[in-house]
Amino acid sequence: MSSSIENLVNREYKFGFITDIDADAIAAGLGEDTVRVISAKKLEPEWLLEWRLKAYRRWTTMREPHWGNVRYEPISYQVQVYYSAPKTRNPLGSLDEVDPKLRETYDKLGIPLKEQQLLAGVAVDAVFDSVSVGTTYREQLAKLGIIFCSLGEAVREHPDLVRKYLGSVVPYSDNFYASLNSAVFSDGSFVYVPPGVRGPMELSTYFRINAENTGQFERTLIIADKGAYVSYLEGCTAPKRSTHQLHAAVVELIAHESATVKYSTVQNWYAGDEEGRGGIFNFVTKRGKCAGANSKISWTQVETGSAITWKYPSVILQGDNSVGEFYSVAVVNHHQQADTGTKMLHLGRNTRSTIVSKGISAGQGNNSYRGRVYVGPKAAGARNYTQCDSMLIGNRCGAHTFPYIEVGNDTAQVEHEASTSKIGEDQIFYLQQRGISKENAVSMIVAGFCKDVFKELPMEFALEAQQLLGITLEGSVG
Amino acid sequence: MLDIRNLQARVGGGADILKGITLHVNAGEVHAVMGPNGSGKSTLAQVLAGNPAYEVTGGSATLDGNDLLAMQPEERAHAGLFMAFQYPVEIPGVSNAYFLRSAYNEIRKAHGQDEVDPLEFLDIMEKNLALVDMEPSMLNRSVNAGFSGGEKKRNEILQMAVLRPRLAILDETDSGLDIDALRIVAEGVNKLRRPDNATIVVTHYQRLLNHIVPDFVHVLSAGRIVKSGGKELALELEEKGYDWIETPAEAVA
Repeated sequence: MSSSIENLVNREYKFGFITDIDADAIAAGLGEDTVRVISAKKLEPEWLLEWRLKAYRRWTTMREPHWGNVRYEPISYQVQVYYSAPKTRNPLGSLDEVDPKLRETYDKLGIPLKEQQLLAGVAVDAVFDSVSVGTTYREQLAKLGIIFCSLGEAVREHPDLVRKYLGSVVPYSDNFYASLNSAVFSDGSFVYVPPGVRGPMELSTYFRINAENTGQFERTLIIADKGAYVSYLEGCTAPKRSTHQLHAAVVELIAHESATVKYSTVQNWYAGDEEGRGGIFNFVTKRGKCAGANSKISWTQVETGSAITWKYPSVILQGDNSVGEFYSVAVVNHHQQADTGTKMLHLGRNTRSTIVSKGISAGQGNNSYRGRVYVGPKAAGARNYTQCDSMLIGNRCGAHTFPYIEVGNDTAQVEHEASTSKIGEDQIFYLQQRGISKENAVSMIVAGFCKDVFKELPMEFALEAQQLLGITLEGSVG
Repeated sequence: MLDIRNLQARVGGGADILKGITLHVNAGEVHAVMGPNGSGKSTLAQVLAGNPAYEVTGGSATLDGNDLLAMQPEERAHAGLFMAFQYPVEIPGVSNAYFLRSAYNEIRKAHGQDEVDPLEFLDIMEKNLALVDMEPSMLNRSVNAGFSGGEKKRNEILQMAVLRPRLAILDETDSGLDIDALRIVAEGVNKLRRPDNATIVVTHYQRLLNHIVPDFVHVLSAGRIVKSGGKELALELEEKGYDWIETPAEAVA
């Protein structure tokens, strides 16, 4: 393997620093008491506590899933801390009152919490360990009737909306990690876009895990009412620590009639060191429901971090003519393992879905695409197109594809294409012979490979993805 | 301009394939390097271009007095060396226009010149596309991906036209070309001939040399130049085959 390829994939993790801040953390371990304590700390209404407890009781009857193509030591759920919040003077106050240490943390991450310094056109909800520490541009959005706040605030200020939609796409009983999340989720973001309103800017949440031995269990709920449009971005980082940390999030999206939700993720959790020590276990349930006719939900993800990724952003295509999309780039290096893909569930008539998955494997990394395309008996005229491409860098890594296709209506059309390639010394030499340096040659080849996904990212995130992969996107995007 | 002395090289730690090549090329000249399969003629092209799969075991090669063998492949390109590949490589997802502009600008940067923007570059491209009879739409296609054999070779000549090398090495550019494509490629090369540049045409067959007329012909056998002459040597080879060339006694370096 040429040194330039190694340099590209071995860039040091820049976000591995630790913020030294006093935390209000509860004792490690998990029981009904833990659930009650979390709910009490958040001053939650009775119905939500009951919902959490149902989830917890269900979880105790469930078994950790092991069907993924990933290997790891058993997780002890009793040594984790399930709630940790930075001690600040006024954690729910205005942005000006954000603790300077937290502000500094986000500055270092390139996410300034002062609105005038923000990337133009991006509103940010900053989640630090278990709580949201600030949300920008709220007033401006509120003028349009858009609610953008932490989920905790939404529970207090918009309880009817939360109660109506929470668990409506991912029920508390959905799967082991979703049930765990439902029991102990601490915070997350909430978005509601009223009928006919188009979000004027990108909304984003930046997740940061800081505390040691603490899991992050956030929950995001996004609702686009009839004819609404929202584009939402999610970013995440964590300090370098020698032990694994658990991240089990749930994201639910609801698109009503003729509404569009576009959800983009650049996942850059700490991936562990070269020997596979430490790193985040990222066990996430993301699902959207195209509830109304002509609605659309689009997932775009760039997955570069985490020791283990287990994640399948999916779309339930319930409304007639609704559209689901999944665009993914997953990169594994060293000992990283990713088992990721999507589910497209075609229930309504003339529903369409597109899946484009690009896996890049380097070092001893193992990358699996797992996807399910289901066409129900009533989904006349449903169409799916799936493309899965894998690129191997070096000869100790792996790429796997597990597509599941079930078609229950014979007017449906389902296509699946797959390819595997190796980044070639011949490609690098060809570009070098034309005057392009080795490093730029590798960037160009990888960017070309990922082009179909990168062009789906909002501009601000395309830039972040570029920095992340060390890729020159110019000309290969758009 | 190009000065190769006693160049020896091998691939993958095996025995030397080039066993002492000496060759001088002046500005304005076209040299043909011919020889049977396995004689080392493509190896010579790859070694001059700096393919890392090949290892130089002895001798020297300079371009305008600069030590080629000490340079990275991209530095050789910056110094004016261009190789048209026998098997042009596909780069999916990277547009021809972006690739060519990057290459063009890298070479400009190496010479302390400003980069050109995409619009200026489009003007440059328009002139050169006509030279190889290509449609502007091919600029938006991925580099060589899904190109026919003829399109790939024309794309090589297009790159040569845009990058305006001081020394162009055409590595078996005629292989796999039908007669029309051969003519287009040869005409492109002929139009690019200038008093201040030089071309080395590596080929197995004489037919390309009907179109690109060389000033000198060299015959390689078993890693050595065994015979040099004018353009008539190529015709003689065509007639008699390679068998009549014997390894000369004085070739011991």
